[in-house]
Amino acid sequence: MDRFEYIEARLFEGEDYLKRDKNVKIYDGDDKTQYTEGEVVLTTHRILWGKPGDIPKGLVCLSLYLYYVFCIEEESGGVFGLGGPKRIILHLGPTLPGKRPGPAVVSPYHFIKFSFKDGIDQTFYKALNDAVTAKAWERLTPVLSPVNSASAHSLSKPSVQPVNSKIRSGIVGIERSIEEQHRQTGESITVAFKDLRKLMEKAKDMVAISKNISTKIREKQGDISEDDTVRFKAYLMSLGIDDPVTRDAFRSDSDYYLGLAQQVSDMMVAVLMECGGIMSLADVWCRVNRARGLELISPEDLMNACKLLQTIGAPMSLRKFPSGACVLQLSSHRDEEVAKSTSELLEENGHLTPEKLSQIANVSVLLARERLYTTERLGMACRDESIEGLAFYPNLFLREAS
Amino acid sequence: MRRRAGVGAIQKQRLEQEKYREKGSEIQENQFQQMSKQLEVFRDNLEDFATKHKNEIKKNAQFRRQFQEMCAAIGVDPLASGKGFWSVLGIGDFYYELGVQIVEVCLATNYKNGGLITLEELRTRLIAARGKAKTHQDITNEDLLAAIKKLKIFGNGFTIVPVGKGKWLVQSVPGELNLDQTLVLQKANSLGTAWVSAGILTGDLRWNETRAQNALDHMVKEGLAWVDSQDSKETLYWFPSMFAECVSA
Repeated sequence: MDRFEYIEARLFEGEDYLKRDKNVKIYDGDDKTQYTEGEVVLTTHRILWGKPGDIPKGLVCLSLYLYYVFCIEEESGGVFGLGGPKRIILHLGPTLPGKRPGPAVVSPYHFIKFSFKDGIDQTFYKALNDAVTAKAWERLTPVLSPVNSASAHSLSKPSVQPVNSKIRSGIVGIERSIEEQHRQTGESITVAFKDLRKLMEKAKDMVAISKNISTKIREKQGDISEDDTVRFKAYLMSLGIDDPVTRDAFRSDSDYYLGLAQQVSDMMVAVLMECGGIMSLADVWCRVNRARGLELISPEDLMNACKLLQTIGAPMSLRKFPSGACVLQLSSHRDEEVAKSTSELLEENGHLTPEKLSQIANVSVLLARERLYTTERLGMACRDESIEGLAFYPNLFLREAS
Repeated sequence: MRRRAGVGAIQKQRLEQEKYREKGSEIQENQFQQMSKQLEVFRDNLEDFATKHKNEIKKNAQFRRQFQEMCAAIGVDPLASGKGFWSVLGIGDFYYELGVQIVEVCLATNYKNGGLITLEELRTRLIAARGKAKTHQDITNEDLLAAIKKLKIFGNGFTIVPVGKGKWLVQSVPGELNLDQTLVLQKANSLGTAWVSAGILTGDLRWNETRAQNALDHMVKEGLAWVDSQDSKETLYWFPSMFAECVSA
């Protein structure tokens, strides 16, 4: 339906009247439209549809260029094949730029139907067929269109994809160009995904398109998916490593682990700082692998690499809790540092219980207690064990005594 | 601008504007639909390629990066190996891939469940995030258990807890990093009562029963909380560490 345009019912130069019929209804694909009980006029170049009497008076009517039509068929008859066919189906090519405004801007269908109340007049059908095959518009010199030379040009050579003309304006023009863009994008996606080689060639464009699509969808909908996991996955993968360290690139295992340790350290510093300076090794493993993409490392490899973190002077180290859980910890969380910051908190609060510290520092109670023990061990806190539980006070002996 | 006058002109103008606005939103809606369609095409194609061409993609460093970027933008998982003949013997990436995805699901949901998830739920979420293809649907609980076993080397941080016949809980946050008890204390503190109940936790913090009860039981075991069963409705848990503050307040 979007191939129709509004135009006054006059013949162009070189255009000839062929045939007419009445009581015709237009279908947009399979859908009914408001255009019923009208009159159609077939010319060498177009099909015109108007309310009865409009066309002879030269009033505005609907016009469809025959160059859009690339195939015509009769719809098979009624339920029991009685009464013969009543509808002609016209399969249409894509809309060309430079088209004048019409009754519909977009249509999901690439065909329309004319329904003839009194059955198809076989002479009309034949005339239509002949006109489409004759391609009168190709033989003629481009003086057809009264609009402008640009559309006359596209008219005379409709089979060639015309360059996007810049003369379009108005809402229809905008819609057209958006439509055109979508079509091109869709097409290039299809082409790129034909096989792997094609995709590699077009990878750069495809990356851009994929990002563009997801930003647009995010704007409108908030996110690409409702699923927590999918969103998290997308986030993790976006923190990719350009050049993951692989075993093949190294001569010995120990070199490989050193390289891996460096990469893990580089990648995890920022992440660790964000989430409190400590992370379980399973989480680290998942994040590292997501960033590496398809080059997975095994848990053993990660473990070995983490053991070397201190050797390469990374700002983090592997740590094993008494419970057996392994974590990666920023060096700012080493014993001395912990004791120092904890004793500062002790001064501020007068005294601390593990529960209280856990709330202040936002760590688990277990970890808070351990921090206090560490501080005590380094002589910066004193213990008060009573029926009310365990509390720690600043070590006054350290200062007052001297 | 032409000068018009009268109510009719104003109304006409308003009508026009209304029409423009309608048209605008129509265009946007239309564009959004197109985008969604393209997103679908992209997703299907990427999933397909990730399964079929994994090795070729791996070989080309530059393209590998680009492929990853596309997957990240669209939300497709590039790890999509099937369980082949070799994976039974522990060769190949299948179980590692699964492992990565398992940890990921746990990480993505632990803001809701505190790092405790049933194996069933884990499986449902994992499959949903992995994609639509048939091979992804065939992942069994046994596969998941085998994949989690590979994480054993990380100590007790990531463990399977059997609960009854054929049922498992997966615990992804080690005790040291579990903030649930801290949150319970914070809750009691903000209520100013020095006690909480499982009902308060499920109601106010939107925790499920298991999570709330787990945290409380653990605190009793650690000696942080005292049990008070005198209340007619439910058991209360008192925190002696807060008595002093509550009395003085």
